[in-house]
Amino acid sequence: MSEEIDITKLETPELLELIQDDLYDGLADEVVASVNELLARDMTPSDVLNKGLVAGMEIVGFDFRDGILFVPEVLMAAKAMKAGMEILRPLLIETGATQIGTLVIGTVKGDIHDIGKNLVSMMMEGAGFNVINLGINTDVDAFLEAIEEHKPDILGMSAMLTTTMTYMAVVIEALEEKGIRDQLLVLVGGAPLNDAFAEEIRADAYCRDAAVGVETAKKLLAIRRGQPG
Amino acid sequence: MKDIAFIVCGALAREVLALNKKHNWGADVFGLPVLLHNEPDRIPPAVQERIDQIRGEYKNIVIVYGDCGTSGSLDRLLAQEGVQRVAGPHCYEMYANGSFEGLMEEQPGTFFLTDYLVGSFDHLVLEGLGIDQNPQLRDDYFSNYTRVVYLAQREDPSLQQRAKWAADCLGLPLEIRQTGYGLLEGRLLKLINDSPQLSL
Repeated sequence: MSEEIDITKLETPELLELIQDDLYDGLADEVVASVNELLARDMTPSDVLNKGLVAGMEIVGFDFRDGILFVPEVLMAAKAMKAGMEILRPLLIETGATQIGTLVIGTVKGDIHDIGKNLVSMMMEGAGFNVINLGINTDVDAFLEAIEEHKPDILGMSAMLTTTMTYMAVVIEALEEKGIRDQLLVLVGGAPLNDAFAEEIRADAYCRDAAVGVETAKKLLAIRRGQPG
Repeated sequence: MKDIAFIVCGALAREVLALNKKHNWGADVFGLPVLLHNEPDRIPPAVQERIDQIRGEYKNIVIVYGDCGTSGSLDRLLAQEGVQRVAGPHCYEMYANGSFEGLMEEQPGTFFLTDYLVGSFDHLVLEGLGIDQNPQLRDDYFSNYTRVVYLAQREDPSLQQRAKWAADCLGLPLEIRQTGYGLLEGRLLKLINDSPQLSL
């Protein structure tokens, strides 16, 4: 049990490993304590984020994909990551950590499901994206306004219902009508979606989970910017 | 060889058994585990396995499932197998008797219960979503929901009381709608009556 461990006595690599274990186990208080300890050792907020929280969440993502972890465990891990992020976010802004792009994301109109979308938001933030989360039940006007205001590199849309996923096509058509579709990548996700649906509505990619979302966003953005993959 | 078999979602089994008796279809009813819904990708292979097991014993097989989050893969499988499914995306739509879309439009944050879900709420929802172990997860799952609508098949005060308890567990107001079998009965009847293969 991590509460029995005196974290001040651990070597930094051990402490990073402990953060990952505690994140996996959804222990928010323990994650916060280790984040604070690492910062006290002058580790940069960016390193704490990447070597601790993001690395830990990646393991959670893999084990979720492999059927080892289930939604409740992933949610507890996400809550622990969120607790760590609360400490790191202002420090990352203060230290001017490099942002690799901007993401506007929302659950589409008529849909109130946001667990997956919030997980994607947090993982994308962890990966260095500036994330503008529009919340649930987002209509086309709200998406367009946010795109106008934030000029994102990526638009993310989420839907949990077969009845609401079709609204993604409405948003993409609006982007095409305004002539701005090619200015951004459109990534879509949610339980009833698949690759064929993404292709049909002319999205750039379907992302089956948060980890795939991050990988896909980084890969497609690098290709768009002409950077080697 | 027997005439007809129903392969049904466990969440609909009780009602299908009752309809089978009511209409004297004389079908054998084979249930599949409700928990397959937690991983809809597992539904088509489970249905396939059951079809393979019984195909030689029945002239006709009918699948009583919605699409249930399989994104059309269940229907693609059934088209290959030449087996018919009762129409509908999921049991809420079937039981809501034509009002499902209206209810969702009215309040997108509607959480539906049926007799089956009321009876197994603690197992499927509280345990299945890990809320029994981590009560703080309730708000992660349900904070955007605004009401519980219980689509009641039976008029049973003890089920209504349990539905109230379930809604209280989620911290949401409850509406009870006595829908009976909703569209499930008519669709099954139509499937059986309209199909020359299935007419009994």
